[in-house]
Amino acid sequence: MMTRRMVHETTGSDGIRTLRFDLDGRSTNVLDRAAIGEFHAAVARAIADPAVTAVLLASGKEDFIAGADLEMVREFADPADLRDATLRLHRTLRDMETCGKPFAAAINGTALGGGFELCLACHHRVLGDRPRTRIGLPEVTLGLLPGGGGTQRLPRMIGIPAALPLLLEGRRLTPQQAMQAGLVDALVPAGEEEESARRWLLAQAAQPASQPWDRKGYRVPGGDVQSPAGRQVFFAANAMLRAKTLGNYPAPHRILSCVYEGLQVDMDTASKIEVSHFVAVALSPQAKNMIRTLFFHMGEVNRLVRRPSGVSTRRFGKVGVLGAGMMGAGIAHAQATAGLDTVLLDTSMELAGKGRDRSRRLLEARQAKGRLTAQAVEATLARIHPTTDFADLAGCDLVIEAVVEDRAVKAEVTRKAEAVVGADCLLASNTSTLPITNLAGASARPGNFLGLHFFSPVERMQLVEVIVGRETTDTTLAHALDYVRAIGKTPIVVNDARGFYTSRVFSTYVREGLAMLAEGVRPALIENAGRQAGMPVGPLAIADELSLDLIERINVQTRRDLGAAYVATAADEVIASMVHRLGRIGRKAGQGFYDYPQEGGKHLWPQLGEHFVPAPVQPGVDMLVRRLLHIQSVEAARCFEEGVITSAADADVGALLGWGYPAAHGGPIGYIDSIGVGRFVAECDELARRCGPRYAVPTSLRERAAAQGAADSPAGARRAGAAH
Amino acid sequence: MSTASGAYVYDAVRTPRGRGRRDGALHAVTPVDLAATALRAIRDRQGFDTAAVDDVVLGCVEAVGEQGMNIARIAALVAGYDLAAPGMQVNRFCSSGLDACNIAAAQLMAGQSELVVAGGVESMSRVPMASSGGAWSLDPQVAFSTCFVPQGISADGIATLHGYARGDLDAYAVESQRRAQRAWDEGCFARSVVPVTDTNDLPVLGRDETIRADTTLESLAALRPSFAEQGATLGFDSVLIQRYPELERVDHVHHAGNSSGIADGAAAVLFGSREAGVRHGLRPRARIVSFASVGTEPTIMLTGPAPAAEKALRRAGMASADIDLFEVNEAFAAVVLHFMNVLGVAHDRVNVNGGAIAMGHPLGATGAMLLGTVLDELERRDLATGLVTLCVGAGMGTATIIERI
Repeated sequence: MMTRRMVHETTGSDGIRTLRFDLDGRSTNVLDRAAIGEFHAAVARAIADPAVTAVLLASGKEDFIAGADLEMVREFADPADLRDATLRLHRTLRDMETCGKPFAAAINGTALGGGFELCLACHHRVLGDRPRTRIGLPEVTLGLLPGGGGTQRLPRMIGIPAALPLLLEGRRLTPQQAMQAGLVDALVPAGEEEESARRWLLAQAAQPASQPWDRKGYRVPGGDVQSPAGRQVFFAANAMLRAKTLGNYPAPHRILSCVYEGLQVDMDTASKIEVSHFVAVALSPQAKNMIRTLFFHMGEVNRLVRRPSGVSTRRFGKVGVLGAGMMGAGIAHAQATAGLDTVLLDTSMELAGKGRDRSRRLLEARQAKGRLTAQAVEATLARIHPTTDFADLAGCDLVIEAVVEDRAVKAEVTRKAEAVVGADCLLASNTSTLPITNLAGASARPGNFLGLHFFSPVERMQLVEVIVGRETTDTTLAHALDYVRAIGKTPIVVNDARGFYTSRVFSTYVREGLAMLAEGVRPALIENAGRQAGMPVGPLAIADELSLDLIERINVQTRRDLGAAYVATAADEVIASMVHRLGRIGRKAGQGFYDYPQEGGKHLWPQLGEHFVPAPVQPGVDMLVRRLLHIQSVEAARCFEEGVITSAADADVGALLGWGYPAAHGGPIGYIDSIGVGRFVAECDELARRCGPRYAVPTSLRERAAAQGAADSPAGARRAGAAH
Repeated sequence: MSTASGAYVYDAVRTPRGRGRRDGALHAVTPVDLAATALRAIRDRQGFDTAAVDDVVLGCVEAVGEQGMNIARIAALVAGYDLAAPGMQVNRFCSSGLDACNIAAAQLMAGQSELVVAGGVESMSRVPMASSGGAWSLDPQVAFSTCFVPQGISADGIATLHGYARGDLDAYAVESQRRAQRAWDEGCFARSVVPVTDTNDLPVLGRDETIRADTTLESLAALRPSFAEQGATLGFDSVLIQRYPELERVDHVHHAGNSSGIADGAAAVLFGSREAGVRHGLRPRARIVSFASVGTEPTIMLTGPAPAAEKALRRAGMASADIDLFEVNEAFAAVVLHFMNVLGVAHDRVNVNGGAIAMGHPLGATGAMLLGTVLDELERRDLATGLVTLCVGAGMGTATIIERI
């Protein structure tokens, strides 16, 4: 029994059966289990009904079909179930292609993933030209592959070299791009797509419809797999892809395999090939991790699930930014771009103006690419008011200080701002190191005070760590979250503690790399281990970027703050030695762990091995990869235990957006679940014995492992697979 | 070990090696004709009855197109061998010619053949490398799971891992050219090389075409690395580093001047039992002492010669000191340097008449050519034992030890 209807069938006097996707009770069409079931049945009826001469796929929503239901994908656990359900869809699509009745898709709006795969199985695609519409197969961005024939039909339609980038990068094309790339047969003014498709269908009446790839003598446009051109594509693509994934992401490799294996055989056999790769990918831990963090968790975070309830949404009209340096200017730019009036204050008009100039450069770069009009550039810039006068802050909803990391300076600007703004104005510090509760002490309204930790460069970094001080009220937190969303960024909620969340966990990655160096691991091996772990940059390279003297200053400060509680590590000694003994402070000085010659790329300092002598026996890279990932997860788990962070979603989204943690592993918390908490704890215990107490897992995690071990029973209830 | 049924080498011939490109002298000669040239030459020189030939085993790597469909059998027919002489083509990439010899020897040692012609052929100008495609480099799952990189990247990887600088490799290459030129001047190849002629018996090529005796360190220094771009832009350096994460980068030190030349050529070696030799009035020149093949790590790919040689030595109860002369195929200079390092053999016993860097490497034929080369030189110097080995694609090596009679 169907509780919802997605596929609405009507037949016109012209014999055209319309299958209109219009999911009851939802604003967008999503292919879930029930909808796919309805689709099978509707196609079968249209084919069987002698009164039906042609079939039109259309949508009753603003968009065509947004894609497949990820919850459904995530629920599958049994390979045979998933294979059978997917093959069932393939059979329906093949029936459409081969029954002889023409099928056309009137694509009125966005058609992505499975939604576009239905269109690909039609004999004709007409796209209505709406600027917001996007067309594509973005499955790979969530660790999946187009499992509804997309890896087969797209390259058969537009050729392998043209199809691979679309499949491997999951690009979403605008209507013009989709037309140019050959993804649709016609681009018509919005609203005319159905009429155009109907005209095409009526013109097909004479001969049975078929797909090019089912006709005799069909050749893949631009060359078959085993043509010289085709071979060259795969010869290069295999290595280029591995250079990019470092083996961490199975989906793109399997997409390549679908195309390579599938395009050497007929379409029916190709279906089986694609489905087997789809099943492998859909059930992979990487896909589960990516769907969990990038889709579900990202959705939660952006919906502000952790926003205190019962507080009305605040609209931000005017926001002050104190300090027009790189961070302040970046924040001002983000605000102005989002339509917020921004007061950008610094000690001189020259400095404040420079901050606004930075925004101008960014905007003009976008204008040069044709993404902004001159008018829009000026309108945005007009929203940034450079000033030296605190009185200009009057009427602000929020003032963010981004001045130097000096408590006295911060206290002073806070007091000056508070003297001007209203009682309901939020006050935020963009500090990355100083405790918020402590800074709030300078405020007359500590309840209104919190941390908004932006990342550099602000225009590119999506994350904002919202730091809740001891006095910060729920209203302040709720409104701060409203602000972050208002400027289009993604907030995670972090309770005030040293290093907050992102800096604290990320630094363990760097410090573990430094510890390895102290142990005598070869520097290149450390760096490669970091990259093979999936991190964007090796730990030594990132230390150079941060600059070693800054790390040393933080170490010294932390040691001072913690006193006897401070545990000195080998990593501290490496940094101290680089800074004080060897005088190499990192990239900004042109020498750190790396040399930065004028010509050619950077390379590891050749003398590093004299000062950190490599051990005669080197560890395997897998062990180093494990350490570099486990150490981050241990620290994230500690943050949980200490209440610094309160949700896995915040922890993992923060890691992906904050420091480029590899999505394949889900995030530092998702990683623990992915490899299994029991195994994780056991491996950390072993690492703690070998490497030191920094691997000691928090009690709560150990308890979870024990509880899970007890609860684990062999093969829990098998989930139902296909809808039928 | 093989006293019961021995495998004896009665003769060895080869064509000169032509530049394996459009402007090469042998480009106009079909691979079947190249192979038939060698098969005819060895028959005509030794005068055996080809009806008694139990097998014709030819190495050929790119066994497609005009090298396809078992070129050994077809070439034997074209060469006018008796219809009773069967043929088979074998492929172990670069050692195919030597493996063809080893298969011939194995048939004899097993007592299941009496007289076998082995050898190999490759017209790289007419059937270019990689013509046969294959899963290794193209099939995404295979390339991924085996960390495929092209062999030039592997050779540069060996050099990087073992610290062979460009200068070391170039010095080796200059010496290879010098030795090859000297060997030709002194007639060291005269016994083996048979000229290639056209359909009117007019000469096409009588001498290895690619030797550049004027090669100097300076002239080599001007050459650009051959694999740097492939390594960087196609991602192969990264793949190699993922397999060898102790490397920060791959030093691209090989180039056209210190790598083997692309070449066309064919070779044939006559094998027989002692009894067959007597029956056909043949005089044995050497016996096969032992042979071996090994598999090694496929990404670095080209480190097989040392373990293959060691395996063959072990099988023979010999040590490297017992070998008078080595032929180690000069696929890339680093391969030979690596072999000499691992086995502790000095250059004065290795490739004494130069090698593929100077004379080229017609893939399927080279192994058989080297067997003839070392035999000729053992006779010339009146030495006893020789070892031939080649590095092989996908991480393999093959070695054969011979002893003069």
